Amino acid sequence: MNWFFNMLRSSIGKKLLMALTGLGFCLFLLIHLIGNLTLYGGKGLFLSYVEHLHALGPLIRIAELGLLAFAAIHVSSGLILFWQNLQARPVRYQVSKNAGGRTIGSATMPYTGVLILIFVVIHLLNFHFIDHSRQTVFQAIDATFSMLPYVIFYTFAVIIVAIHISHGFWSLFQTFGANHPKYMPAIKGMGVIFSLLAAAGFGFIPVYVSFIM
Amino acid sequence: MISKTINLTLKVWRQNRGEKKGRLETYHAKDISVDMSFLEMIDVVNEDLTKNRKEPIAFDHDCREGICGMCGAVVNGRTHGHEKETTLCQLHMRHFSDGDTIVIEPWRSRAFPLIKDLIVDRSALDKIIQAGGYISVNAGGAPDANALPIAGEVAETAFIAAACIGCGACVAACPNASAMLFVSAKVSHLALLPQGRPEAAKRVQAMVRQMDECGFGNCSNETECEVECPKGISIVEIARLNREFLKAEFS
Ligand code: SF4
Ligand code: FES
Repeated sequence: MNWFFNMLRSSIGKKLLMALTGLGFCLFLLIHLIGNLTLYGGKGLFLSYVEHLHALGPLIRIAELGLLAFAAIHVSSGLILFWQNLQARPVRYQVSKNAGGRTIGSATMPYTGVLILIFVVIHLLNFHFIDHSRQTVFQAIDATFSMLPYVIFYTFAVIIVAIHISHGFWSLFQTFGANHPKYMPAIKGMGVIFSLLAAAGFGFIPVYVSFIM
Repeated sequence: MISKTINLTLKVWRQNRGEKKGRLETYHAKDISVDMSFLEMIDVVNEDLTKNRKEPIAFDHDCREGICGMCGAVVNGRTHGHEKETTLCQLHMRHFSDGDTIVIEPWRSRAFPLIKDLIVDRSALDKIIQAGGYISVNAGGAPDANALPIAGEVAETAFIAAACIGCGACVAACPNASAMLFVSAKVSHLALLPQGRPEAAKRVQAMVRQMDECGFGNCSNETECEVECPKGISIVEIARLNREFLKAEFS
């Protein structure tokens, strides 16, 4: 087992951890998005989705613990990488220019990452750690999104998530070694589509709930 | 024929041996022929400095034809200047305009300690090569031609990676000061050829370990390196490095 932990400690190993857990979050986000789309179908459809989901019982617990572990790994290796990379250039350039490789997404990964972490905590406080015997999830959503600051906050958070994915998605393929001139454009395209879909799908929910419903 | 000349203002990083901190100093480069290379332009400035009994600007160079990898500086925030796939010695002054101000700085990385002015110590890259960037063969008579058939495409792909001249621009350009592009080029060009296969697993592990020990940053796929590499090495090589590394670790 020693070789395994040594491998994970190497620079490529840490990248691999980021990529693996990142892939996990992409899959989670996709499922979360599909589930949430039921909101656009009205209160009844959404609540029946919630009921079916919770009927999975122990499976949900396992998934939650898995996500928590993934988050711990993603955040801690991300912070280590950020710190190490800062130290790798003790004297900064007086003039530094983007040569054209960097994107908004890639340049802001650590910062969007931290913002997403803060968002996830607030998000869980809003909808997960509430007294479910006194209100349905739908009532919680309705109550939260009747407050304009929350609508703005959620819309902003979703955009941040999309920016994070715009670099993270293709990047994880590169880390797994899956970069081929023939397929990379398609992978990059999928990343852009995924981040736009996530931004649109999640982003309109607050607006929809507070203004249209 | 008298060629066109331009006047420039240079802001050059000056830092003496052993000095803790350096600074940008301003010089005027007058009547610079646009046919000169960037290094020749510094030569002219240095001649002037010497005549005025001032210390000339120290910079690294050797071949001056873009093949040795000795030269290099960050020019206005771009490694080897703003021209694509060009080393500093091959960057010509015609790419600048009269009256331009040019800021010239050394490669910045914890793994490249500064020696003097624009010269940095890049022996970290040599250490990585010593860790595994070679093949072991018994000396003896030259093998027969074509005794080891290699498909044209394979040789071609290996050559593309082998074009790396070890200049260190990828490190200098990387927002994380990572040496992944350099290491990936070296690992790839040997891993692609049959002569390099027997030691491929050991090599990639040793070179990555050495890279980490030298204090380079971690790659986060910013892709600045491939844009700045004077030899056009692509991050496809980094993906291959990742594959080689995983293969080696999991087998
Ligand atoms: S990969 Fe390119 S930039 Fe990096 S050392 Fe080799 S030639 Fe220089
Ligand atoms: S001096 Fe040899 S590459 Fe520039």
